[in-house]
Amino acid sequence: MDYMLFICTDPTAPEYVPAEDNIVEWAAEMDARGITRHGDRLRPVADATTVTVRAGEVVVADGPFAETKEWIAGYDIIACADLDEAIEVASKHPMAKFGKIEIRPVWPLGL
Amino acid sequence: MTVGVAEVQAAIEAASALEAARITATLIRITGDWSLAEDCVQDAFARALVDWPERGIPGNPAAWLTTVAKNRAIDCLRSAASEQKAVRELSILAGLEGLADDEAGDPADGDDRLRLIYTCCHPALPLEARVALTLRTVAGLTTSEIARAFLVSEPTMSKRLVRARAKIRDAGIPYRVPPPELISERTAGILAVLYLMFNEGYSAGGGDSLARAPLAREAIRLNRLLIALLDGSPQQPEAMGLLALMLFHHGRRHARTDAAGDLVTLEDQDRERWDREATAEAVALLAAADRRGIARGSRPGSYRIQAAIAGCHMTARDFGSTEFARLALLHDRLAQLAPSPVVELNRAVAVAMSQGPDAGLDLIERLERTRSLEGYYLLPAAKADLLRRLGRMPEAGHEYRRARELAPSEAERRYLSKRLAETRRDEPGVL
Repeated sequence: MDYMLFICTDPTAPEYVPAEDNIVEWAAEMDARGITRHGDRLRPVADATTVTVRAGEVVVADGPFAETKEWIAGYDIIACADLDEAIEVASKHPMAKFGKIEIRPVWPLGL
Repeated sequence: MTVGVAEVQAAIEAASALEAARITATLIRITGDWSLAEDCVQDAFARALVDWPERGIPGNPAAWLTTVAKNRAIDCLRSAASEQKAVRELSILAGLEGLADDEAGDPADGDDRLRLIYTCCHPALPLEARVALTLRTVAGLTTSEIARAFLVSEPTMSKRLVRARAKIRDAGIPYRVPPPELISERTAGILAVLYLMFNEGYSAGGGDSLARAPLAREAIRLNRLLIALLDGSPQQPEAMGLLALMLFHHGRRHARTDAAGDLVTLEDQDRERWDREATAEAVALLAAADRRGIARGSRPGSYRIQAAIAGCHMTARDFGSTEFARLALLHDRLAQLAPSPVVELNRAVAVAMSQGPDAGLDLIERLERTRSLEGYYLLPAAKADLLRRLGRMPEAGHEYRRARELAPSEAERRYLSKRLAETRRDEPGVL
């Protein structure tokens, strides 16, 4: 089953400690296990652009579509046996400690 | 051949208590479809209600029910499969057809009911859904019975159950007994669900108590089942500790309120009204848990310690002969294992009883300064009680009033008012 991990910031989380950031090891382990399909970090919300089409017109706006204190800082699409494995993978990610991670099952459209 | 209605009722009730969860759990394992499994088992019991009075109770009711439920599942899947010709459904059908009637569960692979319990109590489900799903699927309560116990409408409860089953399927919650690295935390999760279920039933007061009482009974029954299923596991002693804790509480249920429905504190309860059988079973369970814990190298967790604390009270002849020093020691251990402000408060009370009200008051005042229990009525209530024992009546009265303002239920407010009145006994004219 495929899951998407939303790697989020969390203002209430402990402060980021660079020495405890094990993202390189995490990525290496998940690649070796064949878990990660694709993933990366994302530029901050200051660089976000929101697009809508209304009455046939493309409307472009600066910024994210929702102003929140928590924002998505990265993502990973992972292939796991079940939710327990996805939880284990997410719990080893450094941002589980310094932020939070939302696990969402991919819902294949079957196209 | 006709059989008496009462006889059939009794046979169906026995089968439902023993077999419903087992058959449901096995059908879920094979079909992966929770609603289908529950519906088919319910259908099988409905058929029994019609069939057995006419044709007699089958020699092996469990096998009869399994066959009927299995055939019903095959029928449902066949009609679905013929439309879609889904390969998956065909392999499920093969699995169902291969299921022997007396084989509920896969002996080589453990009891299906254990899988069912772990899955119902998965931490990715909302807590209230875990409780509801366990009652529905493992305990076999109907949706309307569960709705009544939780004081919500049947459609609301039904939606909650539908959402929980959908999440199990769509989020990929595995149907299994967790692997060794997860078993300890996941078993603790089951115990937490059972204890919550028990407390929902046990602490219900007033008009709600009748509707909610089944929750306590089901929690005890499920805990017994869990202990049987965990036989030989290092997790079993803690489950026994929880059952002992529930039985100690349960043993006091008739003495907790007086004829007027007012709360009676432990100190003032009529110990003749305590259930000796429940107490004796709890004491034996705790002793067995200790023996098995030592044999399997599992140290007492918080339920075993809480049960030992409850046991201290339940086995004392009267309040005065309670082993207060041992009680204070057990509270110390509990505070180390599961530190929380509420545990600290209870420890302060135990210390007050063993070393005197002053020592306890000291701890309570320290706790007050941390402000961690602000708004919790038992803090001023406990403080008031110690002040009263010290004869500091005006201060005690002030604390009882504070506690009464914060008390959550009418029964508690009445109790505190009574105590408040006692502090004024020597001051006529002040009301």
